[in-house]
Amino acid sequence: MSVNIDYKFIDETLDEYGRKPSSTIAILQKIQERYNYLPKEIFPYLAKQIGISEANIYGVATFYENFSLEPKGKYVIKVCDGTACHVRKSTPVLERLREELGLSETKVTSDDLMFTVEIVSCLGACGLAPALTVNDEVYSSMTPDKASELLKKLREE
Amino acid sequence: MMLKTREDLIKVREQYMRSATKETKKILVCAGKGCVLNGSLNIHAKLKELLEAKGIACEVELQDEQNDSVVGIKATGCHGFCEIGPLVRIEPDGILYTRVKVEDCEDIIEKTIVNGEIVDRLTYTLNGKNYPKKDDIPFYRLQKRLVLDHCDKINPTSIKEYFAVGGYEAFEKALFELGSDEVINQITISNLRGRGGGGFPAGKKWTQVKRQKSPTKYIVCNGDEGDPGAFMDRSVMEDDPHRMLEGMMIAGFACGAKEGYIYVRAEYPTAVERLTNAIKQANEYGLLGENILGTGFNFQIYIRKGAGAFVCGEGSALTASIEGKRGMPRVKPPRTVEHGLFNEPTVLNNVETFANVPLIVLNGAEWYKSIGPENSPGTKAFALTGNIMNTGLIEVPMGTTLRQVIYDIGGGIRNNGEFKAVQIGGPSGGCLTPEHLDLNLDFDSLKKVGAMIGSGGLVVMDDKTCMVEVARFFMNFTQNESCGKCVPCREGTKRMLEILERIVAGNGRKGDIELLLELADTISSTALCGLGKTAPSPVVSTIKNFREEYEAHINEKRCPAGACQKLKRYTIDPDMCKGCTKCARNCPVSAITGTVKQPHVIDQDKCIKCGACKANCAFGAVKEA
Repeated sequence: MSVNIDYKFIDETLDEYGRKPSSTIAILQKIQERYNYLPKEIFPYLAKQIGISEANIYGVATFYENFSLEPKGKYVIKVCDGTACHVRKSTPVLERLREELGLSETKVTSDDLMFTVEIVSCLGACGLAPALTVNDEVYSSMTPDKASELLKKLREE
Repeated sequence: MMLKTREDLIKVREQYMRSATKETKKILVCAGKGCVLNGSLNIHAKLKELLEAKGIACEVELQDEQNDSVVGIKATGCHGFCEIGPLVRIEPDGILYTRVKVEDCEDIIEKTIVNGEIVDRLTYTLNGKNYPKKDDIPFYRLQKRLVLDHCDKINPTSIKEYFAVGGYEAFEKALFELGSDEVINQITISNLRGRGGGGFPAGKKWTQVKRQKSPTKYIVCNGDEGDPGAFMDRSVMEDDPHRMLEGMMIAGFACGAKEGYIYVRAEYPTAVERLTNAIKQANEYGLLGENILGTGFNFQIYIRKGAGAFVCGEGSALTASIEGKRGMPRVKPPRTVEHGLFNEPTVLNNVETFANVPLIVLNGAEWYKSIGPENSPGTKAFALTGNIMNTGLIEVPMGTTLRQVIYDIGGGIRNNGEFKAVQIGGPSGGCLTPEHLDLNLDFDSLKKVGAMIGSGGLVVMDDKTCMVEVARFFMNFTQNESCGKCVPCREGTKRMLEILERIVAGNGRKGDIELLLELADTISSTALCGLGKTAPSPVVSTIKNFREEYEAHINEKRCPAGACQKLKRYTIDPDMCKGCTKCARNCPVSAITGTVKQPHVIDQDKCIKCGACKANCAFGAVKEA
């Protein structure tokens, strides 16, 4: 999948954080915020500007859980499977979401690029367990039925 | 406003303290994560609107000069008692209202603020007893909130409010009265131990860094609170960001560092926002920057956002991540105090540790040592979650017993269940059982029974929780988060996970327990970093305390807690079955046979234990065992 890259934006980002190796993660975060994923096409340019190898950029981009080299859905749903959520039954919530969207452990984004369903280790919202987030907005005390309702509501938006 | 001298700082602090005395009544609305999700921000807005409509002077933040008395209407940080939110507290009376709704605001203003009466229906009730005052409620009465003290008192986005509660007084004392050596001396005498889990004495760390010859040194705050079930540090960063900054500044001054970094996990966007705001304010007042308060001391703090890697909570992985690299640990020594961030000497402490520093500097090491046991002084914040009545955030003196935490503060087990175990220290820790109820919670007592305080997450489990499944869950977590650098962790955790998976699936073999223990021993002794070394702890600890559960899974293919789906056995009670055929139609693998109006039978060989038959039976004839 190719994407039109806004090099003006990339340059501004590089200026903002500085063209140095220690800024790599912050720069990638900003780019991902804009495109919802990291288009690999820009890695050669970034590497040159930051002054590290392409392999280094690729290494960082694949090491951290939050970076994605694949486009993500409009709504990124992160289902918390931390200890507290797990013992308060987060798995049935996850299963319902996957079932309704036709997703699985390996296929995380729906074909219409509307939804991505991921598991996260802990959202730190343990008092609200089981919890999930949709584009960083937290939904608490989830049940499978509440998850279905949530999908319905998001589809209507 | 730029503060140039010590006198400027004292003047500003006194100004806001004066301003605070004009707030003769305060309405403190909890704006912690839990309460916000239940609509506390709307409640805050409504209360403010009602006050204004009635012509009652009010303010959401302290004003520079305030001559007339006003009602402070504050959106504060987390009050801790998340279970019964949204919470609204009225000061100075200390009245606590629980589960407040927008419709209740009128009564709160009219009855309580105007007439000084209590709205009975909003107060907390336990076992038929009514508790209108916060301090009488058992959940609060047994706590000692020092680090979390400001969280439920001030508006966390305002440095003015922090000044009004004595903010930056400790920093001032360090700069102008104690000097760097005495600060370190005080921290050392206080025996403040790292709150991130290891419990290493902070004073020792600071002394080692100060001793290094390199002119460049760093202060790093570990805000990568990744343990599932822990959110104490989040609360400090979000609800009292200035206290943590003050702790870092004092550390910077004491150790001779000019720069500090806060590494915050990406899952905490509010913490990043509040800290960014607090750093900006501190710069505006000249508490960060060049020549702070005319002393010649320069210090700046930067924030780095994590990108989702649990291993970055490990010291050398964390510094690698701040440097923009893959967050992988390295072999030690050299230690972080010698070769830390950018290869320079680095003080690396966690959020709660830094938040303790201003308290010690201000009140002295002897005061600090008077709290809790001698070898683990001070308090500890715990996140109380799982199958417990009162989920929330608590802070107790070190050495408080598990029984007090779970029963007196936590209110016991949810749904009248029975206490089975509590996981302490997250995926690196172990479980404590009913026999440990009278154990003191402090670094050394826990170590003796093979657990650790960790960052302070307490996940309570009832009798319906399967301990083998819990061990599998943690192993799955660590296995996912293993960075893959060293073989024992990368391969070993995977093998352990496979064994646990087959046990909970009913395919456990004889000798699996011994094999798990052998692998655990090898991994603990050979892994590169703390993550790997402690990865087997939940397994070892559950085997030690619940060996019979493992044996039941392996030998009898039975889950004593009735939690493992694959080990369930579904049967149809012929006396109750009406022969409606609904179960047979809903069975995804056609394992149920029978003729209409005759009792049906489940073929155990075909059954995949999905439970669809039980969910669909209108007569309760399908039994689960």
